[in-house]
Amino acid sequence: MFIEEKTSLAEEIEFLVIKYGNDRSALLTILHDIQKKHRYISDYAQQEIARHLNIHPVEVYSVISFYSFLNSTPKGRNIVRICQTISCDMKGKDVLVRAIERELGIKIGDTTKDNKFTVEYANCLGLCDESPAMSINDRVYTKLTPEKAIQLLSEVK
Amino acid sequence: MEIIKKNRKGEVIFSQYKRGDGIKKTVTLKREEILLELKTSKLKGRGGAGFPTSTKWMLTAASISDEKYIICNADEGEPGTFKDRVLLVEYPELVMDGMVIAGYTIGAKKGIIYLRGEYEYLLKSLQDYLQEMRKDNLLGKDILGKEGFEFDIEIFLGSGAYVCGEETALIESLEGNRGEARNRPPYPVNTGYNGKPTSVNNVETLAAIPHIICKGASWFLNVGTDKSAGSKLFSVSGDCEKPGVYELPWGTTINELLNLVDAKNTKAVQIGGASGFCIPKSQFDRKLSYEDVSTGGSVIIFNESRNMLKVLKNFMEFFVEESCGQCTPCRIGNVKLLEGVEMIEKGEHTFTYLNKLKDLGKTMQVASKCGLGQSSPNSFISILENFKDEVLNYSNGGNNGRI
Repeated sequence: MFIEEKTSLAEEIEFLVIKYGNDRSALLTILHDIQKKHRYISDYAQQEIARHLNIHPVEVYSVISFYSFLNSTPKGRNIVRICQTISCDMKGKDVLVRAIERELGIKIGDTTKDNKFTVEYANCLGLCDESPAMSINDRVYTKLTPEKAIQLLSEVK
Repeated sequence: MEIIKKNRKGEVIFSQYKRGDGIKKTVTLKREEILLELKTSKLKGRGGAGFPTSTKWMLTAASISDEKYIICNADEGEPGTFKDRVLLVEYPELVMDGMVIAGYTIGAKKGIIYLRGEYEYLLKSLQDYLQEMRKDNLLGKDILGKEGFEFDIEIFLGSGAYVCGEETALIESLEGNRGEARNRPPYPVNTGYNGKPTSVNNVETLAAIPHIICKGASWFLNVGTDKSAGSKLFSVSGDCEKPGVYELPWGTTINELLNLVDAKNTKAVQIGGASGFCIPKSQFDRKLSYEDVSTGGSVIIFNESRNMLKVLKNFMEFFVEESCGQCTPCRIGNVKLLEGVEMIEKGEHTFTYLNKLKDLGKTMQVASKCGLGQSSPNSFISILENFKDEVLNYSNGGNNGRI
């Protein structure tokens, strides 16, 4: 990481600590904001957050590794999550996954070479009545067919 | 997904209600009067555990502390359930008014909605709604002119962990920790969020409160059965023509529900999601109620074409992934149960080992630290017992086709 990047990240974290406070209970909210902007929480960011909250960096890492929506390594610019719960499974989740894998040329869990997409499974998106469902970043799409899913992906920048 | 409000019908939750009415009535009542009304109504927690709401509030109200909290558990992660999503999208007035009434009753100034990460797309509309409430003085200081009644709600976004639906794990998560369940006692009603008395209630429980306050406990008792008062929201999915959220009185039979949603050739119904029980056709006359088939609301329907072993595998994979890992029965137990399912799949199981796994499941039910490990063996045991012939594939000599 370049020094300029480090400085700007440090400033950003300082700003978030001022906004949410330096109490431990602010940790997840700060992590959310950092991840939203940078798509992952770097080692440096973890150390800086730990320093401000007066906890050990391993505590920050331990929290990140616990939650499936937080990650300490870079992912694609857009996160695609396909619901793998039984209701979506019964309505054709497998066909959907295969079509997406073929179209993007990756396996589920991977990131495309151009860093545009990371495709993952999600455990129950809470849309079982309109299955199969998937989310792209913070938007959800329901009653998908493989064709519709690919169309949606092609519209993503 | 477009957010469309539907015109839903129901006797309790979906009955007529105007925003703020419950709060208007509340500020004219004493705390004790509200607690008594709730006690009379026999309202129990709608998240699945069924703990009496009045007791929970009474204990929180009785705890002496300068700060108290009311938490709305909107971490709806159970496979097959989506009723809380519908309530938050279409009936925020019920949930939010319920929280304000809770704040008044237990003496809390702050309410927190723990919204699951998967529902992030609801965040904006909920925040806008809270802002409207502040404008109308339904939140903030001296609410509706009641001097000293101060209450506000904030929303906390979860990060994708099923176990955070367990109330103590949820509190840990709010405090910035891994979502790991706590030892109890102490209970959250005494030592909850930040060590202060906290009442954690399900979205649906809170949504019932304004109705009870406005229309009275006896009105509520008119619906349901003796031991299960009121109605329940059911999230119906799987093999049926009309999936969706239905409000039905407690005591409705599984058969009645299947008719209502146009389910044909039904072989099995999973009640209560992955952590619930799989009910075979022979028991479809059983009643959905606390005294018979108790549930948090998830109903997944399987028709004759479904392979119950595949269903079971899906559930066990879910639990292996979602166990928080701090207690051994759950961490190792779920992996062993999944291995057992895979053995059956390959036709490599022995009956002695399967029986041992069932025993392991029963051990997990008593030895796990929280509800996740205590309930995860339910589907394993019930599917293996109720669908033995199919799961072990007797028609193929018990070899799953590998003769």
